[in-house]
Amino acid sequence: MDTLLEVENLAIRFRTAQGEAAAVSDVSFSLKRGETLAVVGESGSGKSVTSLALMRLLPKPPRCHVSGRIRLRGKDGALLDVLDLPEEAMRTVRGNNLAMVFQEPMTSLNPVRTIGAQITETIRLHRPMPPRAAEEEAARLLDLVGIPSPRQRLSAYPHQLSGGMRQRAMIAMALSCEPSVLIADEPTTALDVTIQAQILDLLRNLQQRTGMAVIFITHNLGVVAEIADRVMVMYSGRVVEQADVVPLFRTPLMPYTQGLLRSVPRLDLAGRRAGPLPAIRGNVPDPRRPPAGCAFHPRCDFFQPSRCDATPPTLDKTPDGREVRCLRWQDSLLMAGSGEALPPQRGPGAEPLA
Amino acid sequence: MTPILDIQNLRKWFPVGGNLFGRNRRQVKALDGVSFSVRPGEILSVVGESGSGKTTLGRTVLRLTEPTDGAIRFEGQDITHLSRRALRPMRRRMQLVFQDPFASLNPRMTVERIVATPLIIQGGFSRAERRERVAEMLRLVGLQPHHAERHPHELSGGQRQRVGIARALIMNPSFLVADEPVSALDVSIQAQVVNLLLELKEKLGLTILFIAHDLAVVGHISDRIAVMYLGRIVEIAETAALFRTPRHPYTEALFSAAPVPDPTLRRGRILLEGDIPSPLNPPSGCAFRTRCRFAEAACAQEVPPLREVAPGHLAACRRGDIALQGVLES
Repeated sequence: MDTLLEVENLAIRFRTAQGEAAAVSDVSFSLKRGETLAVVGESGSGKSVTSLALMRLLPKPPRCHVSGRIRLRGKDGALLDVLDLPEEAMRTVRGNNLAMVFQEPMTSLNPVRTIGAQITETIRLHRPMPPRAAEEEAARLLDLVGIPSPRQRLSAYPHQLSGGMRQRAMIAMALSCEPSVLIADEPTTALDVTIQAQILDLLRNLQQRTGMAVIFITHNLGVVAEIADRVMVMYSGRVVEQADVVPLFRTPLMPYTQGLLRSVPRLDLAGRRAGPLPAIRGNVPDPRRPPAGCAFHPRCDFFQPSRCDATPPTLDKTPDGREVRCLRWQDSLLMAGSGEALPPQRGPGAEPLA
Repeated sequence: MTPILDIQNLRKWFPVGGNLFGRNRRQVKALDGVSFSVRPGEILSVVGESGSGKTTLGRTVLRLTEPTDGAIRFEGQDITHLSRRALRPMRRRMQLVFQDPFASLNPRMTVERIVATPLIIQGGFSRAERRERVAEMLRLVGLQPHHAERHPHELSGGQRQRVGIARALIMNPSFLVADEPVSALDVSIQAQVVNLLLELKEKLGLTILFIAHDLAVVGHISDRIAVMYLGRIVEIAETAALFRTPRHPYTEALFSAAPVPDPTLRRGRILLEGDIPSPLNPPSGCAFRTRCRFAEAACAQEVPPLREVAPGHLAACRRGDIALQGVLES
């Protein structure tokens, strides 16, 4: 009853001019009531495509093929198979069960209609009520997300609001039908840190009040540490590591996660500049031409020739219930000091194992 | 040591609105009395929220935007009123690296042509010389010789930013303005470009004005940091001093808002309320007072000047009696 969403073996393929491209393969995860799952990845990792698949917002075949299973618990407790729902039913699911907030609120809001008109429209689409009442409800929502003088703001156009206020309006709109799962795709990336802190605080408060689960897509590890209960790291269309937030930051198992965590400069070492940052070498792979074997092998410090570039690693379950996709995760666990905190940033990259 | 760049009381006001005859025209004070100097060989970062004027500052010191008032001295010479022609020889000494490597490179040119463009504009180089200089620059920024024949769309974001840096360096500048050079890049690529800038600074003795909003990157790369708020510098200090002992409440709040990649450290934040006020109609007195937790009636009276609060540490806050939280050293 506690699990709201279950995704099994999700795969997404696009047809492009150069042939088929697998954007996402073999993605499985589940989400409990009140939980925040952070999805971390760089461009081309498949994190945004995954969220669009959950909302069924991807193009139809033959341009795009989605396979696997997405099960969602409806408000009456029944399980819905999202990928098999008729479009009509899906329209009710969007908003009522699943809602989404995008990165750039300016491009997701209609510039020629007032905020109030856009929110009341959403409300009345899902919950039949007279316009007056919908307007009341819209003002209540704007108040809930911390917009000052909400009643006046209803008649404002998107361009009259600041970036932070627009993002709050987007969140208000997403919340209008009390969704059980909110998908937030880089909702704070375009905002200043001070406003980002406000929005994260708001999401946390709303979650405590409503028990809503959140899928938070981001590339900012600081934000992940701040809000996530669980973290799913994606690389080149696959889940490469999944764990609770504290163990993931303490003892990342996958070399990519380790590299990411090391390469971020730390605020508490500001002004010390102890040598170059331990960067991950190479480039983010082109999703149309993923490397053979493990997709991370060309950039990996633990690369073993004719093993890592030949055998695609499976997603292994560790004894403590984490998931990791690496042929050598047991070696790299040794590397990270098995169970102890990752040593603070060392020299440029870790020495590869012999 | 004589500063390489010295800015005195720089103002840049943009007129907005008003009717045909200029009635009711108002001024956006993007820069409103900014003074600082940059020492040779240092990286001075400018941080602040969007709308604080940091991009305008970078463009104005290069005279890409004309200042409304104030003085800009570069390598001892006053360049505030130099004509375009007189400015040209100075331009090769000061260059700009742009934020978005996708928008700042001409998609129809090869990398070789993009990097060689400054040489072509300045003139006086043969084709062979240009080719040789481009190859040298590509090597310097960590690109392969074969990249010279590519077009920007064939390169990744990090490689494109390296091309932008190579173009900026080909004239042997002494001074670089880098406007958010890593914020459009993937996380795993940002560290590479940060390392490259630090390496080039050492190797070429560059001075860099680094404009950014990511405090972790700024904390790693800078020798000194200037914090801007609504067109003014509110604090400027050595990096370590600014992080450990901020002396302006805005600096404190910025650090407090920065997310730290450690889930065991979910800290009590100093949450700033509201947004940065409109630069069209800034608050009287100290512009930060509307969001400041220490504000009192007197803060509305006059604009607090930047004054020295410790050696080399300047802050513009009239309250000397407050204790602020810095970022603790681990």
